Amino acid sequence: MFNYDQYLRITKFPLIWCPGCGDGIVLKSLVRAIDKLGLEKDSVCMVSGIGCASRLTGYVDFNTLHTTHGRAMTFATGVKMAKPDLHVIVITGDGDATAIGGNHYIHAARRNIDLTVILFNNHIYGMTGGQVSPTTPKGMLASTAPYGSMDHTFNISGLAQAAGASFVARASVHNGVQLENYIAKAIQNKGFSLVEAMSPCPTAYGRRNRLGAGVDMIEDLKRDAVPYSKAKKMTPEELEGKVVTGIFINEEHPECRSEYQKIIDRFQKEK
Amino acid sequence: MTLTVKEKKDVEIEISEAWCKGCVICVDYCPHDVLIMERGKAKVANLAACTACMLCELHCPDFAIVVRDKSKE
Ligand SMILES: Cc1ncc(C[n+]2csc(CCOP(=O)(O)OP(=O)(O)O)c2C)c(N)n1
Ligand code: SF4
Ligand code: SF4
Ligand code: SF4
Repeated sequence: MFNYDQYLRITKFPLIWCPGCGDGIVLKSLVRAIDKLGLEKDSVCMVSGIGCASRLTGYVDFNTLHTTHGRAMTFATGVKMAKPDLHVIVITGDGDATAIGGNHYIHAARRNIDLTVILFNNHIYGMTGGQVSPTTPKGMLASTAPYGSMDHTFNISGLAQAAGASFVARASVHNGVQLENYIAKAIQNKGFSLVEAMSPCPTAYGRRNRLGAGVDMIEDLKRDAVPYSKAKKMTPEELEGKVVTGIFINEEHPECRSEYQKIIDRFQKEK
Repeated sequence: MTLTVKEKKDVEIEISEAWCKGCVICVDYCPHDVLIMERGKAKVANLAACTACMLCELHCPDFAIVVRDKSKE
């Protein structure tokens, strides 16, 4: 057994998430990663936006901020600038981070600010009942796409990498151990670190698309997962419908808060 | 040739009825058919077969199943 209780606000349980929602598996992996790194609870600050995934901050016994839709990155940036010693972890969904919050997401990555972003990708706006999100695969149904989504999707990990993130990885809830390992590596990296966690939403996405229960959607994730090392040798056609998992980039480069510190130090020396 | 299966005598599985949402994930993950569903909740059916692999505990989204491997405590 793993003792989760020491990191949780047990009085808030049971979790609000639906039966078979994958978000609880991400929460568990995150808690184990923090435990593995031996971080003091008070040295961690979790910041979330709005959505089902973002409800996570209500359940954990760290410093927590549950903010406004799409703005988790901005609050987290403020926390990091003011308190650079904190491990700032952003909890967000695909809608929260890449639709309403898309601008903040790419610029946080561009600045390579030392945030660890756990982005729950369930291909949909779960909380509000299944509107199309920037990651809803083409052809899939949503309340706002009754004939199937017609648009190209964002590659969330690719977007962060292109924008300037220094650590980017994708894992899915079917493999909780891999998820835990990537989250631990992401926290250790000094710079903008993304873990894209593929998590099923059986209620707002699965039901409308007849994908079965959460357990079936997890089986699908297991079936469709392709390790990055193997994916590199595959054609785009072969990768159609697959979920590439792995670490895409892990390369430290100048980080925003440290660069800011250099400016502070320069002026303090001149005083 | 005989295959010796190491029996785990000191394993305990606890399932919280209040937190279990009956999602069947633990049953699906268990490689040894230790768990079943009964009236919408997970239940231990064959404890002797449990190898304490922890797959159920790792993937239960609701923190409802706890596997204690007393040999490791
Ligand atoms: C400014 C603003 N616009 C819209 C909403 C309604 N709203 C709440 S959650 C949400 C989408 C959440 O989707 P996602 O980030 O993918 O998270 P999930 O619920 O799927 O975990 C929306 C549109 C809001 N709360 N605030
Ligand atoms: S609506 Fe979807 S994302 Fe939200 S709790 Fe239910 S299953 Fe999870
Ligand atoms: S995985 Fe957890 S919540 Fe789901 S059936 Fe098993 S014990 Fe219950
Ligand atoms: S610990 Fe492993 S063998 Fe035991 S019940 Fe859980 S999944 Fe089955």
